[in-house]
Amino acid sequence: MSQFETVIGLEVHAELSTNSKIFCGCPTEFGAPPNTHVCPICLGHPGVLPVTNRQAVEFAMKAALALNCEISRETKFDRKNYFYPDSPKAYQISQYDQPIGYNGWIDIEVNGVTKRIGITRLHLEEDAGKLTHSDFGGESLVDFNRVGVPLIEIVSEPDLRSPEEARAYLEKLKAIIQYTEVSDVRMEQGSLRCDANVSIRPAGQAEFGTKTELKNMNSFRNVQVALEYEVERQKEVVTSGGKIVQETRRWDEANKKTISMRSKEEAHDYRYFPDPDLVRMQISEEWIEAVRATIPELPDARQARYVNEYGLPQSDAGVITMSKDTADFFDETVKTGADPKAAANWLMVELLGYLNAGNLTLADVKITPHGLGEMIKLIENGTISSKIAKTVFKEMVETGKEPKQIVEEKGLVQISDEGALLAIVQEVVNNNPQAVADYKAGNDKAVAFFVGQVMKQTRGKANPPMVNKLLVEALKNM
Amino acid sequence: MSAISRKEVEHVANLARLNLTEEEAERYTKDLNSILQFAAKLNELDTSNVVPTSHATDVKNVMREDVNRPSISNEEALKNAPEHEEGQFKVPAVFE
Repeated sequence: MSQFETVIGLEVHAELSTNSKIFCGCPTEFGAPPNTHVCPICLGHPGVLPVTNRQAVEFAMKAALALNCEISRETKFDRKNYFYPDSPKAYQISQYDQPIGYNGWIDIEVNGVTKRIGITRLHLEEDAGKLTHSDFGGESLVDFNRVGVPLIEIVSEPDLRSPEEARAYLEKLKAIIQYTEVSDVRMEQGSLRCDANVSIRPAGQAEFGTKTELKNMNSFRNVQVALEYEVERQKEVVTSGGKIVQETRRWDEANKKTISMRSKEEAHDYRYFPDPDLVRMQISEEWIEAVRATIPELPDARQARYVNEYGLPQSDAGVITMSKDTADFFDETVKTGADPKAAANWLMVELLGYLNAGNLTLADVKITPHGLGEMIKLIENGTISSKIAKTVFKEMVETGKEPKQIVEEKGLVQISDEGALLAIVQEVVNNNPQAVADYKAGNDKAVAFFVGQVMKQTRGKANPPMVNKLLVEALKNM
Repeated sequence: MSAISRKEVEHVANLARLNLTEEEAERYTKDLNSILQFAAKLNELDTSNVVPTSHATDVKNVMREDVNRPSISNEEALKNAPEHEEGQFKVPAVFE
């Protein structure tokens, strides 16, 4: 059904990694017992005086600059009024018309095509509390530990044209923020959250269709899947003569569909006004430049460096730079003197494969970049074969031991002694007259059989190219 | 001409979770109108040469360093709560 065009915009929230909350000194640390990281300020007691955390403002500026935003030179906080028990003050302190950053962009790549996605704004606000709804109904419990933790909200332009683009945007956004180290951007832990506005319109039509807002998508995959579902739902409504209702819909993970949240249907009317307790902020050119100077090399620049300096394929460089941890691991591995292309392959195929299979992160495994680099050098100088290296690699991942130690302990040094190998080759050939006959009859598979036998005898340690060479010679003489 | 209609008063009351009786809605419409009309006197001032401001004071950039200060205890935090359970505030059920 290509007669419709999909239009998506994303609103992303990221918790900032400050020590203290945005307007008081309570800790932001995760996992404390309920209502122990609270004080009269974040609990919204009357008469308290909140004071802005300078670090939160600088982190927001840093993220905004990394996302190519302009910075508001004059800015302030506003109250967003709403009644819900997750907010003790009955308003959230946010920014209305003077966001810290605006007019930004990032580049995403989908199917080899680069596309620029606009960022409307990036503003600072405070997080809300956590509600637990009891199973037996009647009441809810509220924990205010998260209230007042600083957040940045990043709003994209409606530039995304498919759920796939939305996911690519989200992944790129996450990578950039992670590189700036202003947030640990972990979607599973709620430090990165994403809502989506989605609509469809007949291809070629300039004006937007009626949009729905999607919530409760707690993984990158779910964002894509929920959007795919919602786009199809809207197409079905329209093609069967119905009309899209502007509403908020929740992604129901268990049933794989979006569900209308009718309770929130009354039109949003937040009655924003400037927070009189928090004085205005003026951001000077010097301050902006000082913050800009703290921004490290970002994913795009790093990807370009890997392509230009190390000759990695663009897509491989993209995979490695998607996460700062992986890119740092790669840089450290290359520093040991290991071949960058080999390092990239081991990292992407073996290490990321291992991590993905076990749903792990680099922090969960013991292998070090130094260890991987040394292992690659052992392959390069012929001490171990690539095949044996896989055994060494697995051991490194699990124990963190240095490759040399593993090779010595397990006696994995490659046999490259031609005389020793020749004896084994000769023996294998002599003991298998049927396979020799097969070979003479033109069956090439017989060679693989002989290689397998030699490897079996040497417990995989024979130098493979040497075995091949010796076998071909031995068989020729039969 | 009234500055605020009865309908708007009802809407604002609804936003503020206030249940107004017929009589109250009527009275607040009247009262709010006279308050707004009184405040409208300010419009008589010529402010064409005054830069708009969001705040009454001219103080800017008052910020604190990112250091922790002691929180209050869980018991203290819950002291004013009409109801609590397991260290948490208990509120009437809300549905997402």
